[in-house]
Amino acid sequence: MSTTALIGQDPGWLILVKGLIIFVFCVLCTLMAVWGERRIVARMQMRIGPNRVGKFGLLQALADGVKLALKEDLIPAAADKIVFIIAPIISATTCFMAFAVIPFTGEVTLFGHKTALQLTDLPVSVLYILAIASIGVYGIVLAGWSSGSTYPLLGGLRSSAQVISYEVAMGLSLVAVFIYSGSMSTSEIVAAQHQWWFSVILFPSFAIYVISMVGETNRAPFDLAEAEGELVGGFHTEYSSLKFALFFLAEYVNIVAVSALATTLFMGGYHALPGLTFTESWLGGWFVLFWFIGKVVAFFFLFVWLRGTLPRLRYDQFMKFGWKVLIPTSLVWILVLASLRVMSQRAVSRTIVLGFSLGVVLLVVLASTIYDRTTTKARQAASLPDMPPPSFPIPALPGQLVINQIEVVKELEIHHG
Amino acid sequence: MADTAKSFSEQLQGFWVTFTTMFKKVNTVQYPEVKEPTAERFHGRHQLNRYEDGLEKCIGCELCAWACPADAIYVEGADNSEEERFSPGERFGQVYQINYLRCIFCGLCIEACPTRALTMTNEYELADNDRAKLIFEKEDLLAPLRQGMIAPPHPMYPDSSHLNYYKGEITGSHPSQEPQEPQEPK
Repeated sequence: MSTTALIGQDPGWLILVKGLIIFVFCVLCTLMAVWGERRIVARMQMRIGPNRVGKFGLLQALADGVKLALKEDLIPAAADKIVFIIAPIISATTCFMAFAVIPFTGEVTLFGHKTALQLTDLPVSVLYILAIASIGVYGIVLAGWSSGSTYPLLGGLRSSAQVISYEVAMGLSLVAVFIYSGSMSTSEIVAAQHQWWFSVILFPSFAIYVISMVGETNRAPFDLAEAEGELVGGFHTEYSSLKFALFFLAEYVNIVAVSALATTLFMGGYHALPGLTFTESWLGGWFVLFWFIGKVVAFFFLFVWLRGTLPRLRYDQFMKFGWKVLIPTSLVWILVLASLRVMSQRAVSRTIVLGFSLGVVLLVVLASTIYDRTTTKARQAASLPDMPPPSFPIPALPGQLVINQIEVVKELEIHHG
Repeated sequence: MADTAKSFSEQLQGFWVTFTTMFKKVNTVQYPEVKEPTAERFHGRHQLNRYEDGLEKCIGCELCAWACPADAIYVEGADNSEEERFSPGERFGQVYQINYLRCIFCGLCIEACPTRALTMTNEYELADNDRAKLIFEKEDLLAPLRQGMIAPPHPMYPDSSHLNYYKGEITGSHPSQEPQEPQEPK
């Protein structure tokens, strides 16, 4: 029986229970994610991280939450009150809604009912997730606008531009998945990956999705909306207390949501790692939850790793990367993939398919070589003509740097023997 | 193509750095539980020193207060008498206060002190929950009495002048310096 038919028979109370489970899962994930992120980033910087509240500091996020809840709730005089209050609510609710169509397990028994741990399934559930993510942007835009302050406005503007731009690349990367699985339903996409994960056969799509999901969630190195040095806190500068906590919650639930989506669409969903498929029947099918959460955690680690490694991009670099690299690459990749798909459907001979693939690869190599040549030439043209090396107090121009350094080294040798 | 590949591998090297750092020894010191010694000449809380017989070195000259750029020191000097002597010589510091809300631990007071009465310890735990508690009085700053020292007021070492004290020729107390009629039991 397909998952759609299976969860279609759920009684009302079971749907409520599932909703509750998903909500609790998200909140717990956030608490653990905040703790985990701080611990991992701390280790990457040779620190320990929070280790005081509870065992290993596990309750740190909870303590922070309590602290936030007890803080004074300020609403700036210049703020548009109603919108100011609604904005964090929009942000927080939409990110939870994405989880409705994420399949956590296959067929399991929950309170004596045969069902799957997935709230609902739609024939267009991936589109539903994209739509919900777009509504989440409203939270950011409205928060920035209603604060009645410059920094939040600029931050909100940046965030929305960023999320919208990267949503295009994200949507395009998902097209390949739709082409291959022949469906937009999450459970069917998971089922389609039973043999090969899409992250393997659709690797370029996977890479583009992973990059754009970081951009989509406003996370480092794409956290321009919260560039402290430029915009203070970005769109949530004026927020405090529980309203700020809602934005905080939204950010982390969003990370878990895009990670869960990546798991579902590219990493075989709740299925076990290759070679370990026998574990899927353990605990009456519940063991797959371990695989699912494990994969989500792996993606979350990637998020933290990126944050610990890369510096923040400049805004124009970021936009250029999104529009001039990710989107064109996606388009070309989809074109190639669709052609290959049509060829396989029409049963075209293998030599033609191979020739086509080889041609594409050669074209890409040629294009990138020409691009490299032109950029090198442009760089050479920009370098300075011969000039006398500057004397000591005058700083060297970019082209003269090497000569000057050699002289300094020589001088040092003379002075120090 | 080659350029792109090269820059890409350079990007990945950064990821390797952060990944391996995760398994390195951390630099954090678990402070309240683990206390590492400070540098030898760390500028901590001040101390008013004594001579070997217990008399105070401070002569109440106020040079420390004048040297202080933060105006954190307040000194009131007073005259020693033969009945009540706190320091060798003419004068002693009757009131001595250091305001640790103002002190910047620059050490200029120590440089200014003509008798080496004022020095700095390595003690750095000077936080408190009350501003008034952070104004240290003379009794908070005075060095504790060591073996062989007698608490002032008491007379100077027999047949000596303040110069003997200053030159470091007094190496301990003399029985005649003991208080004649001990009012309080020891």
